[in-house]
Amino acid sequence: MSSDKIDIRYVAKLARLALTDDEVESFGRQLGDLLGHVDALGELDTAAVSATAQVVESRNVERVDAVGPCLDRETVLAQAPQRQGSFFRVPRIIAEEG
Amino acid sequence: MRTAAQIARDVNAKTESAREVTDATLAHVDAVDGQIGAYLTRLHDLARAQAARVDERVRNGERLPLAGVPIAVKDNMCLAGTRTTCGSKILEHWVAPYTATAVQRILDAGGIPIGKTNMDEFAMGSSCENSALGTTHNPFDLTRVPGGSSGGSAAAAAAHEAAIALGSDTGGSIREPAAFCNLVGFKPTYGRISRYGLIAFASSLDQIGPLTRTVEDAALAYDVMAGKDPMDSTSIDRAVEPTATALRTDLAGVRVGIVKEFVTETLGPDIAALYARAYADLEKLGAQLVEVSLPTAEYGLATYYLIAPAECSSNLARFDGVRYGLRVDGADVGQMYEATRAAGFGAEVKRRILIGTYALSSGYYDAYYVKAQKARTLIGDDFKRAFATCDLIASPAASSPAFAFNAKSDPYSMYMMDYYTIPMSLAGLPALSVPCGYVTPAGGEAPMPMGLQLAAPLFEEAKLLGAAHAYEQATQHALKAAVAVA
Repeated sequence: MSSDKIDIRYVAKLARLALTDDEVESFGRQLGDLLGHVDALGELDTAAVSATAQVVESRNVERVDAVGPCLDRETVLAQAPQRQGSFFRVPRIIAEEG
Repeated sequence: MRTAAQIARDVNAKTESAREVTDATLAHVDAVDGQIGAYLTRLHDLARAQAARVDERVRNGERLPLAGVPIAVKDNMCLAGTRTTCGSKILEHWVAPYTATAVQRILDAGGIPIGKTNMDEFAMGSSCENSALGTTHNPFDLTRVPGGSSGGSAAAAAAHEAAIALGSDTGGSIREPAAFCNLVGFKPTYGRISRYGLIAFASSLDQIGPLTRTVEDAALAYDVMAGKDPMDSTSIDRAVEPTATALRTDLAGVRVGIVKEFVTETLGPDIAALYARAYADLEKLGAQLVEVSLPTAEYGLATYYLIAPAECSSNLARFDGVRYGLRVDGADVGQMYEATRAAGFGAEVKRRILIGTYALSSGYYDAYYVKAQKARTLIGDDFKRAFATCDLIASPAASSPAFAFNAKSDPYSMYMMDYYTIPMSLAGLPALSVPCGYVTPAGGEAPMPMGLQLAAPLFEEAKLLGAAHAYEQATQHALKAAVAVA
């Protein structure tokens, strides 16, 4: 495991975060430092160890496929930054032809 | 303010009404919260309406475990019709359309919601300084932080602005502020209390729990909140053993493990002496002290600071300006996402999203995220081995008392505050902090409280709270009053 220099702008793009130049500099440095600490995990021999995703027993939870109570549409849409009728409104995603 | 147990007893006995308790509490909050800053939102109308309902139920002959008890709710828990901000600008004006199961159970048991408390943004922090919406002061020294991320809840309980404050603990966010504010802070076994309606930070770690002035009150709150919830598939379907009736006054026959890797001498002579005294007090109560080893605990921080950010980067992807919360317009939908998240999240949240995104990204996933999950297994195995020779594990809850504002500018030095609490979180164990005395910090004038952490095997909440009660009753470290109520 190695903490290569992080391409912080690329990671920010993946995370959908716009960063200022100052943030690129400070976060880049801090994340590099943090990964330096994290690299200590390389000392642990985990070749024969299974990963823990859940600490207590978990099993598939099934329920009856039936309509139950849920939030009504108006309650949900009342929180929308922008709506149009019964939809959330967002900027155009598909470009116009031509 | 009396304890929750005393208030519930009086209101159930009709020697006092929930309305009277509520009015007195709201008046106290209005008088002191200007200097404490525990609450982001005060809920006068809701509190009075709930008090009226509780009084009516008591008049009709019901006995409610939390009748008339003033409750503070961390602002990452939904309460229908109230602003639920997570301490973030991205949710500053968001009103919850439903109520979290844990909060609903508290209300059903007669609790009175006094307000929503300040917190580190999205529960990321160990001082409450990462809130985008307010500053909370430690009621024992207003120049110091209350701890985090449940700092507002801790300050509310310590300043007697609530008898029970609800917090959430991901890596220590209940136990550390409890230690800083001389409270009992209790994180149950992962999955014991439903996370439905708790705004997620790191789903495999987050757990709701109470901050209170006594162990008895923590047990009361836990007994009400614990248990399977069909709305949270990770909540555990397993009988909840009542804890409020299992409190004990001695530790005869209890083996308490002292972790040999947690060397308190490095914390300075005052703190080392304080914990030596705390362990001796456990022994005086009849406990047998045994040395245990947690060899991989030192990797806890590194493990946590990969797993928690990885889960946070995934959970916080929902804050994109489409369905709720802040939106900042952009030329296209991608720019809208980026601008919204840039304006809505603070520095610590961005830092963790970036580290998590990196740890999960192609080429690094196995080296970082999977490696951390394997380290998590080793840490859990350490605890299993340790609990073969002891019933409980004792340690410091935090490595120092509350520090001054802006004292920790380097993110990693802040992360180190959770050194003692994170291993238990990674293993999902029930753990609490109970007041264990005071030290005067360097450069400080007032003695500041410290916390003793006790941890138990999975599902052993009754054993844990029982032992903590015995220690609390024998040592009485919680008697000193905070500035706001002195």
